[in-house]
Amino acid sequence: MSDTNANSTVAFVRHDTIPEREPPLGERGLIKWLRENLFSSVTNGVLTVLSLWAIYLILAASLPWLLNGIWDAPSIRDCRTILDGARGGCFAVLTERWNQLLFGFQYPSDQYWRPTLAFILLFVAFAPVMFYKLPRKLLIMTAVYPFLGYWLIWGGSIWVPVFAAGGFVAGYMVYRQFITRSFAIAFFGAIVGAFVFWWIADFITPVLANLIPIELEFVKSRQVGGFMLNMILGVVCLSLALPLGIILALGRQSSMPIIKWICVVFIEFVRGVPLITLLFVANVVLAYFLPPEANFDLVVRVIIMITLFAAAYIAEVIRGGLAALPTGQYEAADSLGLDYAQSMRLIILPQALKISIPGIVNVAVGLFKDTTLVSVISMFDLVGMIRGPILSSTDWNGVYWELFGFAALLFFIMCYGISQYSQWLERQLATDHR
Amino acid sequence: MSNTTDLPPQTSFKLSMLINDTRYRSLTFQFIALLGLCFFIAWLISNAVVNLENLGQDISYKFLGNPAGYDINQQPISFSSQDTHLRAAFVGVLNTLIVAFLGCITATILGVFAGVLRLSNNWVVSKLMAVYVEAFRNVPVLIWILIIFSIMTVSLPGPRSFRGDNATATMLFDAFAFTNRGVYVPAPVWGSGSLIVVLTFVLSVIAMIAYRRYATKVLYDTGRLLPTLWPSIAIFFLPTILMFFIMGRPIGLDYPELRGFNFQGGIQVRGSLIALWFALSLYTGAFIAENVRAGIMAISKGQTEAAGALGLRPNRIMNLVILPQALRIIIPPLISQYLNLTKNSSLAIAVGYMDVTGTLGGITLNQTGRAIEAVLLLMLFYLLISLGISAIMNVYNNAVKLKER
Repeated sequence: MSDTNANSTVAFVRHDTIPEREPPLGERGLIKWLRENLFSSVTNGVLTVLSLWAIYLILAASLPWLLNGIWDAPSIRDCRTILDGARGGCFAVLTERWNQLLFGFQYPSDQYWRPTLAFILLFVAFAPVMFYKLPRKLLIMTAVYPFLGYWLIWGGSIWVPVFAAGGFVAGYMVYRQFITRSFAIAFFGAIVGAFVFWWIADFITPVLANLIPIELEFVKSRQVGGFMLNMILGVVCLSLALPLGIILALGRQSSMPIIKWICVVFIEFVRGVPLITLLFVANVVLAYFLPPEANFDLVVRVIIMITLFAAAYIAEVIRGGLAALPTGQYEAADSLGLDYAQSMRLIILPQALKISIPGIVNVAVGLFKDTTLVSVISMFDLVGMIRGPILSSTDWNGVYWELFGFAALLFFIMCYGISQYSQWLERQLATDHR
Repeated sequence: MSNTTDLPPQTSFKLSMLINDTRYRSLTFQFIALLGLCFFIAWLISNAVVNLENLGQDISYKFLGNPAGYDINQQPISFSSQDTHLRAAFVGVLNTLIVAFLGCITATILGVFAGVLRLSNNWVVSKLMAVYVEAFRNVPVLIWILIIFSIMTVSLPGPRSFRGDNATATMLFDAFAFTNRGVYVPAPVWGSGSLIVVLTFVLSVIAMIAYRRYATKVLYDTGRLLPTLWPSIAIFFLPTILMFFIMGRPIGLDYPELRGFNFQGGIQVRGSLIALWFALSLYTGAFIAENVRAGIMAISKGQTEAAGALGLRPNRIMNLVILPQALRIIIPPLISQYLNLTKNSSLAIAVGYMDVTGTLGGITLNQTGRAIEAVLLLMLFYLLISLGISAIMNVYNNAVKLKER
């Protein structure tokens, strides 16, 4: 039946196109998003409701506490009087004791500008290493920083760090003289040169310090504490552990059995024991094994042990990077006629280190978090300050949440920042074009 | 030139070849390294000898046989202050193993859940899990232990709040009491015949595993899918419950009860143990969640799509296709997380849980002053644990490894 002629009685024929209609309510906007992301199935719906309930519980517990917080009170009793039974945090402890939390309770308070300046300069020193697009001249700051940072935090005569740096410069000069001959001669020559310089400097320093006395008030290591101690331990130990870790990783990959086994035993031993036992070693055992006349500070001993600890972990990460390089790279370096030191320096390590960056950053974050463990051997880092002088004072006995929350927040900001940087760097360094 | 292959001149061995000839150079280096190491160790030992002599001490392990003279609050085996330091160390070892074992189990459960849920397409759930993982990964575990410990000791009510008619705190199901002195849970009382009930339970577990194996075999041989969930549950529970009533209910519960100033009866789980256990589980769980997520994401999307094309439903895709493959990637980092948890359990010393670091490395060390011996034993114990766990897990890892031809 095909009555398509005009005479047929068709009830309705549309002559114009229908205007576009909006999609149904369930297929657009918020509702679609809700349906697809939150309530796509019964299980999902239940999960959503459960999580919303959990979020509500957390917010209901923490928001009044945060918003009602008291920021200005001399002690916890006054805090409670002001609150008068209402829920609220007593953040006054932070405004009252911020200096102790950050700098420890013995650091001279008129010298706070020194660690603060050192902290700011730390970023300037790290910037050219972290962001390779910055002008290379900033690297001078990186080279100067260890000595400047030491001087700012510990003080004393400026000539001590200046001559310490001079030793490195002298070593570098010797290195430049001999590098054309052989790497080994240049390397050991540099070490000898540096030590000769320091030996001479040992006589000159006191004289110069008397003649031209540029000095800051000397601060003993025992007086350094708070979050500053965590930062110092983290930065110093990581910087020292990195070269040591590279050496250990190369040693473990070495074809010389004795060197290989020394490295393997060291790495596996350190990785097999908790950091606390190593800190016990630093605290009570290490003194037995050092010469009787040597009088190492506890901070130095702790730095030694944490450095060894971190070096073993970094060595394993870098070993992974070395193993991930195709054998062709090693063979190519050999066939170019490069010796071991050259091939490592120019071909292997730049690539292996690039692969290992995420792992190294992981170790760095872990190391930074582990610096809180020194509070167990009664050093007053951030956690030590909270558990020791602050919580045991009569004024602030019982302010747990605010203090631990503050400590957690500080560490979160630093660690989350580092891990975000590492992810950014990974994207920057990705040379495979996906 | 008649001879085209010029042989290298045969020269006799010269001393300079030790440095310049690559054949001998490695020997030289190793010799120097060994010599250096020997000198270093000899230097350390001679220092130690001199220092010990100056202090009038010696190295001896006799102190392990002396009475410890201190009490241990959480004791899995009986211990009194008259027992020896060795037994104190052993109690500490057991406490370490208890918290490590409990922690590993809960951390795995938490980690797998959080890892899978973080990949969920449910926006709220995945964001919530991301917050959990980042919050716990980026804050030192010591701070988490202290925070949870302060919840346990400060925020929970004291035993006296449970007293009287208008008590401010009540026991959960009249069986669990959460107090600031610890959590009291009912203790089982083993009557006569309880052995049979326990045996029945063990047998039913074996039967359940056997049934599941049989179901898998039927599936592989005939393609028939036997129900596994409900029969497993039935085999797991029914025989034991039946036997329990047949034997006349031999296993009773000793409920904790408020007597005097404190709770009596039941098992007291100290707040320090719970704080350590929870904090370690939550912390390690966050790391495991990331490992699980990485493992699942490493399985190519084609596997999910292929399984979907075969008509499998989402949970079956996860159980039968994705997880078995992802496990191979997840297991090795999981092992190192277990090791980390065990090593982190040494932080017990911060909350006063008497693990081996607290007894041997803490009170024993301080009382006897035998620092070298105590720390050496402590390190040896942790080394053994580390090597042990990695050995066991390597066996398992080899079992699930991809069998390549």
